[in-house]
Amino acid sequence: MQGIVDAFKPLHDLWLAFEAFMVGPGSPGLFGYWMVIALMMTGFYVVIAHDNLVKKIVGLNVFQVSVFLFYILMAKITGGTAPILAEGIKVYSNPLPHVLILTAIVVGVATTALGLALVVRIRNAYDTIEDDEIQAVEEEEDR
Amino acid sequence: MLIMGLMALAIARIRDLFAVSMLSGIFSLTGAAAYVVLDAVDVAFTEAAVGAGISTVLMLGTLALTTRKEKLGGGRTKSTAAFLIVAAAGAVLIYGTFDMPRYGDRIAPIHHHVVPRYIEKSGEEVGLPNIVTSVLASYRGYDTLGETFVIFTAATGVLAILGRARRRREDEEADETGGGKESAS
Repeated sequence: MQGIVDAFKPLHDLWLAFEAFMVGPGSPGLFGYWMVIALMMTGFYVVIAHDNLVKKIVGLNVFQVSVFLFYILMAKITGGTAPILAEGIKVYSNPLPHVLILTAIVVGVATTALGLALVVRIRNAYDTIEDDEIQAVEEEEDR
Repeated sequence: MLIMGLMALAIARIRDLFAVSMLSGIFSLTGAAAYVVLDAVDVAFTEAAVGAGISTVLMLGTLALTTRKEKLGGGRTKSTAAFLIVAAAGAVLIYGTFDMPRYGDRIAPIHHHVVPRYIEKSGEEVGLPNIVTSVLASYRGYDTLGETFVIFTAATGVLAILGRARRRREDEEADETGGGKESAS
């Protein structure tokens, strides 16, 4: 048992070093933003590299959530609590980005619903939800 | 957040759209957990209910009306080009973060405009302990009104698009049955 633990020790040390660099004291303190950018770029990639329209909408959602996370990250204050007034609490996280994102989430779902409805409609009209096949059908019709 | 990253990668790779929609629900739920950690409890509620709940239902409804499988393929050059564009954009954005205030910094400019006033006065002025609610419903009430208009417009749009599609399909079915009768006679 101890042997297994010892075998993973270098990996664990590496992880601790990574953690200290990313979120510990003295780190640039930007790890959250970089994670957000990684998420955002994944969503972006899905939107531009995939032909399937449902997949594109999912990618758009991932992109959207990354922007929400970005706002919420900026609102956080170390040592602060959730912005609900209570006795004996001095530091609250910033409530304004929370409000904006609350609105944005609901609007985001509205746009998702509209997009998915359009996908259903496109499927009815072209019998496919792949972008390139739709284009092929269009060119066929133009000829 | 690392879990969210993995989830997003899985969404990008998996081609079974049913699995993708389930994963996007889990992705939203993980996001909600992250919001709780970041002190945004109201946002977490909304994300869990709306993002993980309603979005997944909408997604599954769409899959029921269309297909489950994504087509294989898509040119190698296209995905390489997309990856290059994405990498370049990501590099620029990461360069941009070096000017950002540190995570959790309380002297960041974002915390010093109208926000101290909201925190100090909203309790007396609006009378609610939850600052997010007071700002949403009172100080930014018109914004919320606009939001409801957006939702109304979206709902109208969805109904218009889907309602028309259904009517047309019924017409087609009527035509088909009519044609069938003719050939039978």
